[in-house]
Amino acid sequence: MMTDLNKALIDFCLRIADNSLIHAQRISEWTGHGPILEEDIAMSNVALDLIGQSRGFYTYAAQIEGDGKTEDFYAFRRGEREFRNKLMVEQPDNKDFGFTMMKLFLNGCFDYLMFRDLMKSTDETISGLAAKSIKEVTYHVRHAGDWIVRLGDGTEESHQRIQNSLNELWPYTNELFEQDSVDALLISNGIAFDKEKFRDEWTKMVHEIFAKATLPVPENNTYSPTGGLKGIHSEHLGYLLAEMQYLPRTYPDAVW
Amino acid sequence: MRRLVVTIILAKLIRPVIPMDINVKMDDLSEKENAFNDSIQAGKVIEPKDWMPEKYRKQLLRMMSQHAHSEVVGMLPEGNWISRAPSLARKAILIAKVQDEAGHGLYIYSAAETLGMDRSEMIDQLLSGKAKYSSIFNYPTLTWADIGAIGWLVDGAAIVNQTVLAKCSYGPYSRAMLRICREENFHNKQGYQILAYLMRGTQEQKDMAQDAMNRWWWPALMMFGPSDKESPNSADLLKWKVKLFTNDDLRQRFIDRTVEQAQAIGLKIPDDKLKWNEETRHYDFGEINWDEFFQVINGNGPCNKLRLKQRNDAHANGQWVRDAAKAYAAKKKVN
Repeated sequence: MMTDLNKALIDFCLRIADNSLIHAQRISEWTGHGPILEEDIAMSNVALDLIGQSRGFYTYAAQIEGDGKTEDFYAFRRGEREFRNKLMVEQPDNKDFGFTMMKLFLNGCFDYLMFRDLMKSTDETISGLAAKSIKEVTYHVRHAGDWIVRLGDGTEESHQRIQNSLNELWPYTNELFEQDSVDALLISNGIAFDKEKFRDEWTKMVHEIFAKATLPVPENNTYSPTGGLKGIHSEHLGYLLAEMQYLPRTYPDAVW
Repeated sequence: MRRLVVTIILAKLIRPVIPMDINVKMDDLSEKENAFNDSIQAGKVIEPKDWMPEKYRKQLLRMMSQHAHSEVVGMLPEGNWISRAPSLARKAILIAKVQDEAGHGLYIYSAAETLGMDRSEMIDQLLSGKAKYSSIFNYPTLTWADIGAIGWLVDGAAIVNQTVLAKCSYGPYSRAMLRICREENFHNKQGYQILAYLMRGTQEQKDMAQDAMNRWWWPALMMFGPSDKESPNSADLLKWKVKLFTNDDLRQRFIDRTVEQAQAIGLKIPDDKLKWNEETRHYDFGEINWDEFFQVINGNGPCNKLRLKQRNDAHANGQWVRDAAKAYAAKKKVN
């Protein structure tokens, strides 16, 4: 019989893994289509890092669940309502490089602070995965932050475009900090940490870059998309999964 | 990240140099050219600052820029399956492989720049359709097995070509090939492994693999170019040791090494005339459809228009980003 703590730990791992995987799936859409060849290479790196993170957390979830599940089960055999990623990362990029960089930056700053805390987790696997991931996320934040400054302080057109991306994505940032009973149980056991406690630091981090990029931060949100924790997503996720899961779903008995 | 940094450093180190002495008189020229030919025969490696005949420079620039374009256009058919790779491990391997191709493109563009043409100018030639790239990438990737076939057959053919190019007479090109071959060997193995998995899988997977084999075999053989009798540039390139073997030699080498690999995993090669010849110690093979080859080269392959459109779209779509980066860099310089 699985304990409540283990159940919570599985949920916790799947949330991080789903978020990284769906984000990676979006970023990897750029491979071969970037604005310069150097960016094709950089974005492939980011996608590879994120896939690596998702594999680590999926594998740990499978290990706790202990019924023969694998990383690929979680990635390819679950439906729309079972995915726990935040709504921000599933939003389509529509080949808008600024939008991709803004997403990477906003989510990356959050991941950076989350992994920094998780390195102190009493669960050694979690702290180990966090220690590996934070190195990668540090680079993602720097890379995306540099581009936001260049685009914000570049041409009139780039300034307007990156401002539009910020305005569009800003309402999604509230969801990053959402927590529920899963988090509460892990926090009380020293496995996870209260995300509210680094919210001010996150705000400072992103404001600093936006100031350098000459981008005014939008006013308080009147509308704040939410639902990831309960698996209630935007319409975009279904299409993303349909494409990503097509082969294992079509040939359920095949090994690849 | 490591790869990106290395590539950027390399790009900065290799500055374009125009290796052409425009003040040379005609008599001197033929003398110089003879001396150049002799030094190549003696095994000298030509470096960017060395004198070289204009035709040598042009031929190399044509070859190297085509090669770089092929790496970049080659990202498209494989990139087509990144979003649908059937496992997380396969997805990661495929992204890493396509990323390698981007790295190869950058590396060869940098090496080609030493012959006096800017990367942006080479890219303009690709986008306008003036410059060619390998005809193989004008075929579509229709199933997952095609990703295996590209890695195994297309990269396998490329390795046969590039292993020889690594010994060519132009230093920057030969060094680029040495490095690239190491990565291509990994690509080749991952492609073969994809097909090997399919061939020991379900009947549907086996059919998928054989179908890919049937569609990619002949285009892979065409990658070596037309028969030497019909290859207009071959004679010069052989003389200058830019090429060390003829197209037909290399094609034969590829067939000889690939047939047994196919047999080992149960794939049938779609050529009824394929047969081991005890006398020549090589495989005999059937007639290549050169009409198809020239059709594809001349823009009428199944994906020529699509590939050029994809490259042009990416370039146009990224214009505002490149403009912004330039404007920002200029501002920072002034301040």
